[in-house]
Amino acid sequence: MNMQASPVIARRSPGPQGEKIITLAALAVGGQGGGVLTNWITEVAEANGYRAQSTSVAGVAQRTGATIYYIEMCRDTGRMPVFALSPAVGDVDILMACELMEGGRAILRGFVTPGRTTMIASTHRIPAVAEKIAPGDGRANGPEVLDAMGIAADKVVAFDMETIAKHADSVISSSMLGALAGSGALPFSRESYEDVIRKSGRGVEASLRAFGEAYEVAKGEKTAPILEQPPAKTTPALSIPDKLRAKWEVLEARVVKLPTPAQEMTRAGLAKVVDYQDVEYGAQYLDMVEQAAALDAEPFELTTNAAKYCARALCYDDILRVADLKTRATRFDRIRDEVVVNDDQVLMLTEYFHPRFEEFTTTLPRALGRWMQKRKGIEAFYGRHFDKGRRIRTDRIGGFVMLWLVSSLRPMRRRLLRHETEMAHVDQWFATVLEVAKDDRALAAELLANYRLIKGYSDTHVRGLSKFARVMGALDMLRGRQDAADWMRRLRTAALDDEKGTGLDGALATVRSFAKAAE
Amino acid sequence: MAERSFAKEVQKLKMGEGETFSGEGILAITKALLENGVGYVGGYQGSPISHLMDVLADAQEILGELGVHFEASASEATATAMLAASVHYPIRGAVTYKSVVGTNVASDALSNLASGGVTGGALIIVGEDYGEGSSIMQERTYAFAMKSSVWMLDPRPNLPSIVKAVGAGFELSEASNTPVMLQVGIRSCHVHGHFTASDNQRPAMTVSDALENPRRDLNRIVLPPATYLHENEKLTKRLPAAQDYIAEKGINERMGKPDGKVGLILTGGTYNTVVRALNRLDLADIYGDTDLDMLVLNCVFPLVESQIMEFCEGKDAVLIVEEGQPNYIEQQIAHMLYKSGKRVALEGKGKLPMGGEYTGQVMVDGIAEFLSEHAPALLPVSKVATNETPVEIPDLSDTLPPRPPGFCTGCPERPIFAATKLVEQELGEHHISSDIGCHLFSIMPPFDLGATTMGYGLGPASAAAFHNENPRGRRSISFVGDGGFWHNGLTSSIGNAVFNKSDNVIVIVDNYYSAATGGQDILSSRADNKTKQTQNSIADAVKGMGVKWVRQIDRTYDVTKVRDTLKEALTTEETGPKVIIASSECMLNKQRRVKPQLAKAAKEGQRVVRPRFGVDEDVCTGDHACMRLSGCPSLSVKDTGDPLRDDPVAAIDQTCVGCGNCGEVADAAVLCPSFYEAQIVTNPTSAEKRRASRAQRLIGWLQSRRAARRIALA
Repeated sequence: MNMQASPVIARRSPGPQGEKIITLAALAVGGQGGGVLTNWITEVAEANGYRAQSTSVAGVAQRTGATIYYIEMCRDTGRMPVFALSPAVGDVDILMACELMEGGRAILRGFVTPGRTTMIASTHRIPAVAEKIAPGDGRANGPEVLDAMGIAADKVVAFDMETIAKHADSVISSSMLGALAGSGALPFSRESYEDVIRKSGRGVEASLRAFGEAYEVAKGEKTAPILEQPPAKTTPALSIPDKLRAKWEVLEARVVKLPTPAQEMTRAGLAKVVDYQDVEYGAQYLDMVEQAAALDAEPFELTTNAAKYCARALCYDDILRVADLKTRATRFDRIRDEVVVNDDQVLMLTEYFHPRFEEFTTTLPRALGRWMQKRKGIEAFYGRHFDKGRRIRTDRIGGFVMLWLVSSLRPMRRRLLRHETEMAHVDQWFATVLEVAKDDRALAAELLANYRLIKGYSDTHVRGLSKFARVMGALDMLRGRQDAADWMRRLRTAALDDEKGTGLDGALATVRSFAKAAE
Repeated sequence: MAERSFAKEVQKLKMGEGETFSGEGILAITKALLENGVGYVGGYQGSPISHLMDVLADAQEILGELGVHFEASASEATATAMLAASVHYPIRGAVTYKSVVGTNVASDALSNLASGGVTGGALIIVGEDYGEGSSIMQERTYAFAMKSSVWMLDPRPNLPSIVKAVGAGFELSEASNTPVMLQVGIRSCHVHGHFTASDNQRPAMTVSDALENPRRDLNRIVLPPATYLHENEKLTKRLPAAQDYIAEKGINERMGKPDGKVGLILTGGTYNTVVRALNRLDLADIYGDTDLDMLVLNCVFPLVESQIMEFCEGKDAVLIVEEGQPNYIEQQIAHMLYKSGKRVALEGKGKLPMGGEYTGQVMVDGIAEFLSEHAPALLPVSKVATNETPVEIPDLSDTLPPRPPGFCTGCPERPIFAATKLVEQELGEHHISSDIGCHLFSIMPPFDLGATTMGYGLGPASAAAFHNENPRGRRSISFVGDGGFWHNGLTSSIGNAVFNKSDNVIVIVDNYYSAATGGQDILSSRADNKTKQTQNSIADAVKGMGVKWVRQIDRTYDVTKVRDTLKEALTTEETGPKVIIASSECMLNKQRRVKPQLAKAAKEGQRVVRPRFGVDEDVCTGDHACMRLSGCPSLSVKDTGDPLRDDPVAAIDQTCVGCGNCGEVADAAVLCPSFYEAQIVTNPTSAEKRRASRAQRLIGWLQSRRAARRIALA
């Protein structure tokens, strides 16, 4: 590269009659229909007496990667301008990004220039593979990109065009075109855009709806739709049968006595625990939260964390739980809604299960389960005959009743082997928490949050347990240090970074090195 | 059939004299071939010229009417060998392929063709996939033109120029008895523009005519002593003839004012970018009118020495604009100038980057640097002095997630690599050789499988060295697609493994199409194709080659089966190559094929089942193990809004096609019971409806009975 001390100022100059070339680049994720959008824009330009040229690098197979489309146009004065074939750094008038991070990518690549570029971006997210495979929350920082748009672009038109398209039963190319038209970045009338959509002949009405909605939002005549996020379920609706109401009210009364900042979380936790097992289990949960509260002070983070993570620890994911969740009426309604089933259609529902010998034996009464676990012959027999994937049709009586029977074991849960193991683990963890809380509340709060590491089923669950153990294992090295809580949090974050725990290994090595230096 | 249908566009190929043709570059080239009386066309698909093949395939009827023969060649070598029809007969022929990968494959035939020379015009249209977003290694086709003495056109990237180059290519080929390459860049192929059409021409002699009247000329056959004569003829007859033609017909264009003290010599393909750079420097208007002296090389090989010398006459400095390296043109011109003793400052690489694409800003910087050094007076003052304070734009490089291409939603290759990952979890990591095709996306996250890729159909061949002395030791696994298999893999990979008693494992990924290039039919495609013989079994071919251990898997989504078969292949005591053929239809093509059929059936009242997968969000714990074995675009993460949860859970969106991978992987890897498959039945039978409502009544009763006895979240 030729890097010059002072870069030359390279702006396009207009033609003899003042006609200007307008450059437009569209960045999309493969499969979003960027080609359709490009064709529409070209046609709109030509219909308005412009000469236009579009190009793309559409690698035929590269379906899910980032793709770029490029259009140039110029008022027709009888001669063909020499149009460029690809967007140039610092030379893009209109930048359309069909997804938030692609908008960010345009900035990174220098296609968004202060004082020049109108940025039209849909703010919805399509997470990339790298964001999805982190064991924790690997999603990129959206607000940072939005802020950068504000700085880099001359004008920003950014809202969720995907949701607008979906609401109109259309696709994002329609709402993007609407946003372009509404932004006023091109000197073309709304009608000329709509004519092109009408001529395309497919899904015209839906496209026009999405176009119109986005047009008005971009013009500022309408407010953008709120990003589609489920409302926070702070006070989940509980159905309480009359005969259990008195018992429930006793629990509720206990919640009110807790420190105010922790009450909301405790209410959510209590509902979850009672829903999971029964009222008595809820009482057991509150015992734990109250013990933490007794050692806590402002801002009551220890109690809040206890409310959150004790609920999760008590509600471990066993076969009973899964069977319970999968046989609920609310679930059937949710699925019908999610997959869109009309009244005249029939829904067939298949569940994918694969219970291994471990799951089978731990769902047995303690003594029987332990006895079975020691018998290699039985394990081998199970492996040969039962250790395979099971497809259960829960829309049919047979399959549903089978799961329903399993979920009916719920009252017996406390006598099962799995419960014993889980409670031993929980008790040990919670005892440590209480002990540490006596002299380092912040550290104890972090220890509670470490329960976040335990999740998943079978092997994933085992890996989670092992990560939890390793992070907790650093406690002795950290106790007594000023920054102990901070380090505990860092270890947990590292553990959530990757599946194998490479990040955690590195973080633990650091802790070990300074622990040794302190000796 | 190819994934994109050109049935509508091919009607444009019938346009006559004076009509305005509007469309993509690739379609314009096709039309130009017909206008120039081409007798036969062949080629092998690959971006950016896949659509040229697709257009021709859809245009069989029009071609038939004109007496033009079209073939989808087995490989680029086949395509180039096909041009042998122009050796003895005055028939114009054209073939097309992706360069430089296709040219590599073609080079044996290319050398032979170039040696004997041609009688009828022979045109090779090479689609250049160079620069940003390219899917192949970055080399120049120019080297092939030089070493084989094949001429090369690189027209300005607009439709009229490209169309003109097709005609010029045939004439140049005939005038100099030499095959000609027409190079078109990836963006020129996809550029949308217009040109004025001419009438189509029937070939003066068709290939049928030739068959009825065979000819041979000993002097055109590549065998000593003729080969030595060819070498001589190339230099003494064909080259001067070509140079004469180029000079006489004005193939290269002189622009600007000829008396300038500085000038640019540029390849046609870079013209638009150069003009834009000049416009941004206030040295040209938007129509390309400029005072700067320019020689645009629409023919980049051979160069016409007299033309170059004339251009350099009286100049202080000349800048050569040629993309890619080595800088062959600059070297040739330097040689000419040196021999002539001219004192012209020659610039090129150095002012412009050695390698990489010459994009807008690169061109501005290079030309500005050249001018400020050799003709500072030309550069307007306003362009050099800046009084703008630069705005500091936040650096997002650490924030933005990379988004490389990957498997589509429902891709049948995904479960194959999920199974491979599971096998590796059990048996440890293996050396894995990859091939060219969609399946190469396995090298990306979340699979991270594959160590090398050596060429089309060469996946198993590239594992050839890995012979384990320990017969119970680890074996290599190599992948090859059905496209690569028929292109060259059958002999180079399978035959080689059999002959050399390889013990390794070969997985043939069969998705019924040459999918990566756009879904063209190949020998083993399952579709009925009017003009091609399809449905040839890969398993039979492999067995015919001598492989004893062959397993055919007819549903790749059966992850458990793929995993177990692969495990068996890696551990069996049987010697010789172990070949697994994993077959399921490319989902992109399947959806395109099936969707309209199902919509029609549903409309007609027939029973139609639409599958879709979902995740029970309260069963999902947010560990994302499923995504580490999938990467499916429709399987993503979402927030629950539950304050008790920290991590987003898995969710499947509306784009799910119900391929089954999620459930199968959850089962095979024993991940979790969160997945469910919902099958929505449109127009259910009345028995089905009765049964559903009976089940619904009982289920509803059980549910409300329990709900009355417990406290539950509703």
